[in-house]
Amino acid sequence: MVDLNTYLVIGALLFSLGIFGVITRRNGVAVLMGVELILNAANVNFVAFARFGGMDLSGHIFSLFVIILAAAEAAVALAIILNIYNNMGTINIDEADQLKQ
Amino acid sequence: MDFNILSWLIWVPVAGALVIVALPRDKKDVIKWVAASFTGLQLIFAIVLWMNFDKDFVGFQFMEKAAWIPSFNITYMLGVDGLSLPMVLLTALLSFLCVFVSWNIDKALKGYFSLFLLLDAGMMGVFVSLDFFLFYIFWEVMLLPMYFLIGIWGGPQREYAAIKFFLYTLFGSVLMLIAILALYFTCGRTFNMIELMATAPTALDTLSWWGFSGMKVVWILLFIGFAIKVPIFPFHTWLPLAHVEAPTAVSVILAGVLLKMGTYGLLRINFPMIPDGTVWFAGALAVLALINIIWGALCALAQTDLKKMVAYSSINHMGYVMLGMAAVVAAGAQHGSNSAAAQLGMNGAVLQMFNHGTITAMLFILVGVIYDRAHHRNIDGFGGLASKTPIYAGVVALAFFAGLGLPGLSGFISEAIIFLGAFPVYRTIVMISTLGILLNAAYFLWSYQRIFLGKLNEKYADLPEINGRELFTLVPLAVLVVLLGVYPSPIIDVMKTTMANIIELVQVSPLMIMP
Amino acid sequence: MVNYGIAILLLPLMAFVVQIFIGKRLPRNGDWVSVSAVALTLCLSLAMFGVMLVKYDPEFSVDETWTWFDLGSLQVQIGILIDNVTVVMLLVVSLVSTLVHVYSTAYMEGDLRYSRYFAFLSLFTFSMNGIVLANNLLGIYIFWELVGLSSYLLIGHWFEKDSASDAAKKAFLVNRVGDIGMFIGIMLFFTATGSFLFRDVFAGVESGLLSTEILTVAGLCLFAGAIGKSAQFPLHVWLPDAMEGPTPVSALIHAATMVAAGVYLSFRLFPIFTPTALTVIAYIGGFTAIFAAIIAVTQNDIKKVLAYSTVSQLGYMILAVGVGAYTYGLFHLVTHAAFKAGLFLCSGSVIHAMHYAYHELHDHESDPQDMRNMGGMRDKMKTTFLTMLICTVALSGVPFTSGFLSKDAILAGTLSFTLHHPEHFLLVLFGFGAALLTAFYMFRLIFMTFYGEPVRREVYDNIHESPSAMTAPLVTLATLSFFLFFTLPYFNPFSDHGWFTVLIDSRDSVVPGHLNLTAHEIAEGMHHAHTPAMLLSILIAFSGIGLAVFMYLQKRISADHIAAKLSLPYKLSLNKFFVDETYQRYLINPSLILARMIAFFDWEIYDKYIVNGFGKVTEWFSRVVGIRWDYDILDQQIVDGVGRTTGFFSARLRLIQTGKVQNYLVWVLAGVIMIYVFQAI
Repeated sequence: MVDLNTYLVIGALLFSLGIFGVITRRNGVAVLMGVELILNAANVNFVAFARFGGMDLSGHIFSLFVIILAAAEAAVALAIILNIYNNMGTINIDEADQLKQ
Repeated sequence: MDFNILSWLIWVPVAGALVIVALPRDKKDVIKWVAASFTGLQLIFAIVLWMNFDKDFVGFQFMEKAAWIPSFNITYMLGVDGLSLPMVLLTALLSFLCVFVSWNIDKALKGYFSLFLLLDAGMMGVFVSLDFFLFYIFWEVMLLPMYFLIGIWGGPQREYAAIKFFLYTLFGSVLMLIAILALYFTCGRTFNMIELMATAPTALDTLSWWGFSGMKVVWILLFIGFAIKVPIFPFHTWLPLAHVEAPTAVSVILAGVLLKMGTYGLLRINFPMIPDGTVWFAGALAVLALINIIWGALCALAQTDLKKMVAYSSINHMGYVMLGMAAVVAAGAQHGSNSAAAQLGMNGAVLQMFNHGTITAMLFILVGVIYDRAHHRNIDGFGGLASKTPIYAGVVALAFFAGLGLPGLSGFISEAIIFLGAFPVYRTIVMISTLGILLNAAYFLWSYQRIFLGKLNEKYADLPEINGRELFTLVPLAVLVVLLGVYPSPIIDVMKTTMANIIELVQVSPLMIMP
Repeated sequence: MVNYGIAILLLPLMAFVVQIFIGKRLPRNGDWVSVSAVALTLCLSLAMFGVMLVKYDPEFSVDETWTWFDLGSLQVQIGILIDNVTVVMLLVVSLVSTLVHVYSTAYMEGDLRYSRYFAFLSLFTFSMNGIVLANNLLGIYIFWELVGLSSYLLIGHWFEKDSASDAAKKAFLVNRVGDIGMFIGIMLFFTATGSFLFRDVFAGVESGLLSTEILTVAGLCLFAGAIGKSAQFPLHVWLPDAMEGPTPVSALIHAATMVAAGVYLSFRLFPIFTPTALTVIAYIGGFTAIFAAIIAVTQNDIKKVLAYSTVSQLGYMILAVGVGAYTYGLFHLVTHAAFKAGLFLCSGSVIHAMHYAYHELHDHESDPQDMRNMGGMRDKMKTTFLTMLICTVALSGVPFTSGFLSKDAILAGTLSFTLHHPEHFLLVLFGFGAALLTAFYMFRLIFMTFYGEPVRREVYDNIHESPSAMTAPLVTLATLSFFLFFTLPYFNPFSDHGWFTVLIDSRDSVVPGHLNLTAHEIAEGMHHAHTPAMLLSILIAFSGIGLAVFMYLQKRISADHIAAKLSLPYKLSLNKFFVDETYQRYLINPSLILARMIAFFDWEIYDKYIVNGFGKVTEWFSRVVGIRWDYDILDQQIVDGVGRTTGFFSARLRLIQTGKVQNYLVWVLAGVIMIYVFQAI
């Protein structure tokens, strides 16, 4: 039986994986991938709510937005990581700590 | 309104000060003549004012009124009556003469004369303003130039003297400010003195501050503020110091005009606005007057510095003024409604204010004359000068005899009528204070002897005689001293209506009627 | 009459003004201005005197009052009163003044401040006339002080001498002591009656506005002025010192007129003195008479003898007022003015001659006034000698002189008073004792000066009679010492009955309650006492003269011998009973010390520690507040403390800011979980 809970559990799993990735990975690109996972977890939830929760089309439209945003985000973030690499010769985010003095 | 003569009196010297500020520093003669002509113009205005003054009019004349700070009900209001007119004349005359007294000032001439004119404006403002706030402003305006005039152009201890003078008088002003605000808030938020005279006598009755009668507190606050200026014992010690350290012209202004502001304030503000307080305090005032008279005379007797002696003589002479003022209660029922005695005392007090202004101005100018020549003022350091400088000795003799109250010279009449007025009320005090006239004679004659009589001190064998410019500053005062000594009516006629009015205002006090 | 009075008042004043301002530039230094001004006043006084004689009316009186200044509820009035007394006094003043002015033109010739001298003489004449003419107490007081001023200026004429300037100051100050009393008296009368005018004051006293006690006190206060001016004990000390002034000044001011002002005042005020006050007055006068006479006996300075004699004679006049014979006090004033001024001018003539002689010999050490340096001068100065002898006889009270008449009347009055009040027997002793001593010391003066052998021959050879400008006044005054001028139209040398006693009538006292004897009763008593008093006084005068003859002319009794025998009284007398020293020690020095102490306290303690102490305390307080509290505590501890605490925590808190995004994310996560958990709870 496929109901709302199933989707939500999948979404939560995806989200947790994404968080885990973002927190534990040192590689900037891997962190970005974790972010993508989190976004898609949200998408899953949106679509599920659209189907079962009465959000109707809004859920679809939001997930489309998120996809577009994720694309834009990926583009910007990759550009940032590229710049970090160009400046520091690494994409290990632990070393990009110049904000701390 | 046709011609605002009182405003002109105040603003002419201010204009003079501005002109002097605009002049180049090295045009010394121009600066002096500008100062002389502006003060001269002021003197002319003062004389015109005196001639057009209506002697029988009760209340204020030549009134000017303009809104100034409407939100606090502060106005620019001026007016003169018989109390302020003699003071206006005195201020204008002494300011004019003092420009010539200062002729030999060399240091920073421009600053000196501009400050001097500012001082002149401040004094004039105090005597003609009828708005309490304005009065207070002028009162303070005067302090600033005085501080610099003593502090920059004074003697060796000038800075100490200037600071002391400034702080002491400022202390008094602050107390006065409190009292002014108390009056402002209890009497319907007005600074208008004429309104205050009408409302304050009753408005203060119910005022109570922490169990003290507000009326008494306000009276005392005002009194201390004015007493410091007079100066009344025990607030007097700034005076000898400031007088001695100040340059001659400033001493003249200090003793001649500034001291009168204290008694003027008492008569203008304390007496009519708080008659209950006046009656309540009159006895103490007489005692303080007695102390001033005897204390000042004894101190003068012991001095070896001529200028300090003259300064102490001022304390002594201002004591007579207060004694006369204390006689105001003679008009009350418990003293037999002796309004003649009150009249004698009050008129005597104001006459003495004027006379002391002229006499003490002469004395200080004369001290300045000898100091310019001998560069010291030690009474014992001279001797026999009368044979060398007979004219100078003669003028000094005139001034000294006027100071010791010789009949025929102005000091006598005022002192005599003060005594006569105060006698019915304060019999013992007056009897003791007549000792003051003996001590007066003692210190004046003794110092005269030590300076002018005896063998000529060889050190001063070629002492130059008093010169024309100095005589020019002294002769008008000498003429006034003799003239008012023989015929005091020109001043008395001007003020007697106002004095009668003040006595009447004080008489409304219930304390006067209750036995 | 009033116009005459005003003219008499103002003429000398004008002379004074002219002299003081342009005197030096006038020819002869302007002495003629003063001389002619007073001569004119003399003419006017003579005219008034003539009018008075023609009228011959004891009640004659003109009173004119003006308002001096107006205070609204009170007019201060001054005015002129001219009655017979005024006329006589004016004549005395202007006559002596004129003679002295003339005399001075010779005596003061070549003086450094010649015009100034005449200016002040005129000022004096003005002020003295003012006293005489005033019809009110205030006016009298004003001129009272003005004569004091001219006296001050003239005593100090030779102010280069310290003794002269000291004497001038002393005269003014001692007089001021009396004047203070007088002023208090004026205040008492004014307070009660509301007027200064004699007539109002008298009317007020009569209607009982003052209680008897107050009236006594007030009268004595007024009399204090007379004590000062007329040099009565205890304020007599200034008069002998005043001899430092030029001798004509002594004659005019300190013998004839100014010092008599006190008597004049007492005369005018007699009706308001209570019996108690009069008794005090009598004792003061009587004591002064004998006291000064005792001192005069031993003095060697010719002017000092005359000065003490003046004090003594003034005591007589005051005594006369005290015992009720007050018109005779005035009578003695008038007669005394003539012969005492004569005596002073004579002594001036002698001193002038001595001075000249010493000057010729270039002797600047010897004292030209010391009688011990004189002797045998009668041959050289015949006019001076004769006139001085006449005046001396008059002063001694020998019959046929004016002095006899007046002194005799006073003694009769005293005798009659004592007969009424036997408890006051001392007054008689004072009176007659002084008369004896007067005759004695005056003839001692004559013998020491004009008889005997000259002490230094060369001095004697240089003695010359004085010029006629000086001798003419002497002759005039000596002539006026005869009885005739005062008893006209009668010729009885033993009775004072004459124009004076008729025209100057004694008045009843106005003191309420009939406490005083009436004028009639007093006259009655005097009439009875007259003959014994006269006989006694003649006897006493001659015994005094006789004693002087024995001791100083025939030298049968050695004066030194007696002095040695009576060493204590002699020393007391020679040193004037140490009055000056006592005052110096117990009054003046303590006052000066007190003044110094007060000044010291005022300046060094009160100002330095108390007034500046306020400043110091404020400064200390401001330091406490501004530095200790404000900076150290408030600013450093509290305000900065907040900062420091914040810094402390922020330093710790900063550690969690690692700069690692993932750390932050953990925190975010933790935050979210926390919120979630809290929400769940």
